Amino acid sequence: MGKTMQKHLFAAIALFSLAVPALADTAAPAPPPRPNARGGKFPMQGGQAIYEGVCQGCHMPGAVGAVGAGAYPALASNSKLEVAGYPVGVIMNGQKAMPALGPYFSDAQIADVVNYIRTHFGNTYTDKVTPAEIKMMR
Amino acid sequence: MTDQTPAPSRRSLLSMIGVVAGSAAMYHAMTELGYAEGSTFTGPIKLSQPPPGTSVLILGAGVAGMVAALELRDAGYKVQLLEYNGRPGGRNWSLYGGDTYTELGGFTQTVGFDPGQYINPGPWRLPYHHQGILHYVNRLGVALEPFTQVNFNAYVHSTDAFGGKPKRYREVQADMHGHVAELLAKSTRQGALNKAVTKQDREILLAALKNWGALNANYEYAKGLESSNRRGYEVDPGGGLNSVPVPSEPMAMSDLLKSSLWAAIGAGCNYEMQSSIFQPKGGMGMIGKAFGKELGPLIQYNSKVIDIHQDEKGVTATYIDSRTGGEKRTATADWCVCTIPASVLSQIPMNVGDPMKAAINQLPYQAALKVGLQMKRRFWEQDDKIYGGHTYTNQPNSIIGYPMWDYFSKGKGVLLGAYVFGEPAFIAAAKPPEERVKDAVEYGSKIHPQYKQEFETGVAVAWHRVPFTLGCAGAWTDAGRAEHYDNLCALDGRIILAGEHASRIPAWQEGAVTSALDAITRLHKRVMSA
Repeated sequence: MGKTMQKHLFAAIALFSLAVPALADTAAPAPPPRPNARGGKFPMQGGQAIYEGVCQGCHMPGAVGAVGAGAYPALASNSKLEVAGYPVGVIMNGQKAMPALGPYFSDAQIADVVNYIRTHFGNTYTDKVTPAEIKMMR
Repeated sequence: MTDQTPAPSRRSLLSMIGVVAGSAAMYHAMTELGYAEGSTFTGPIKLSQPPPGTSVLILGAGVAGMVAALELRDAGYKVQLLEYNGRPGGRNWSLYGGDTYTELGGFTQTVGFDPGQYINPGPWRLPYHHQGILHYVNRLGVALEPFTQVNFNAYVHSTDAFGGKPKRYREVQADMHGHVAELLAKSTRQGALNKAVTKQDREILLAALKNWGALNANYEYAKGLESSNRRGYEVDPGGGLNSVPVPSEPMAMSDLLKSSLWAAIGAGCNYEMQSSIFQPKGGMGMIGKAFGKELGPLIQYNSKVIDIHQDEKGVTATYIDSRTGGEKRTATADWCVCTIPASVLSQIPMNVGDPMKAAINQLPYQAALKVGLQMKRRFWEQDDKIYGGHTYTNQPNSIIGYPMWDYFSKGKGVLLGAYVFGEPAFIAAAKPPEERVKDAVEYGSKIHPQYKQEFETGVAVAWHRVPFTLGCAGAWTDAGRAEHYDNLCALDGRIILAGEHASRIPAWQEGAVTSALDAITRLHKRVMSA
């Protein structure tokens, strides 16, 4: 199989990886995040767009968190964000109910969103993480 | 046999299948080869009489918790259930017109569907081999009706193929099979497969390919009655005069390959998707309701567990009212079956050993989205002749599901407007519910332009915002399962876990049933050996 065709084939499989019902539709153990029409990556760029496009699904608008049978922690005024490595690690590797989102994000996206939450919602941690540092942590 | 190349080992074959077709196909192949099992249910369990007064506290009145409660009660145990919600069923749940659903963050939706219309935000199918859940469905007298997974007249759609115009499922499947069969037949006849197929088998293979791919007498997949008998005709045969069928033109192989539409035609091949499949009449939630009715006052609703503690004497759960908070109350029993999802349980203090704790803590829950859309009329039936089943698309809604009840009704109908996992489901969860509905209408209208005219009202459930689960189902990885699964399922002192997350049929109710039966069987053995 030529390289072009191979590339084509994988793109095609990726395209329909959601249409061929995955995850709950199969008895197979859930695979790691699968590629799809966008290659399995979140398309937003920039910290605010990523926060509002993805993170607030659980951490909520305004990063206020939520409480049900379990809870999503508020990121607003959260002293655990003081050391950048902590949110970076949680985003990349997950923690308890938080899924590992590393595979869905580029290094730059993780850096951007971590820098964003650490300087918004009442957090004032101005030291930045860089994509290069994210890469090293992968 | 001298003219055969060495057969690939089963393992390398499996990994090849896995690479090309994804884990669903691999699981299917594993099932075929005898590696994986659908369900371990072998019939109703019969537990012997426990010592008088032996009590079990069950946390969670979903399918797992209520199966455990039913069987333990029948055996003679003193049973009590605590349930976070104000209803039985957990993820076994249907939303009907007039229902109000408030997700995390306080976003409230009042379902505007007409009477008789509903959506199943969670499980929606009962495969015939899920004999465990089917046993309880029958025991509880829940009426079933057929569920159609594959509808050959529904659509397969890609925004990037054929100008964004959908193809019928039967056209894609017939053409894919036909073109592949023709290629293989050509190779066979040219001798290209001589090393792989014995001379004797070659003739059989050719006959099989002709049969499988609807090839003509020349082993070609071409426009004609053979191919049209699979893909459909340009003009169908009829009665009387002017009744001669007109064959349809198959898609060119190159166009079909480039379209990627072929990737959707495995939909009904997976073990879990194969006919026959059932659904409860009136919604999947009928099962939870029937369990709840059967267990009656044994279930204490609106109880949010905030602490689980065991000692040498028993297990105590501390809980508060899930709506109002208020004062702490306790429930105590000799033993505990805990079916609280790991995503929630990881946040509840519980004195179990490190192995179980680690197993609970490493299990996040999947992102998933379902959207229900009520349409003023059943245009998919009236205009497109689609009765049940699903359309597949490369858009972020992934699927359109057609209602599999009230066929030919002149009234309204509710479509499953989106059923999505992974990245698009995360994105949907971050939006307000009304935007998720709006998106689903937009995507659907690319396939059914009637959407814009006929849409009335919708409801969207993004599972990471569901207050009682924080996700749709346990997101096991292979590595996680290898390291933690046995520890999650093992009895820890007086506490044992159950649920779909403690099964190898994740996200399916059958996983919850078989997990509960296995857990209480082991628990009972422990009780009887004490």
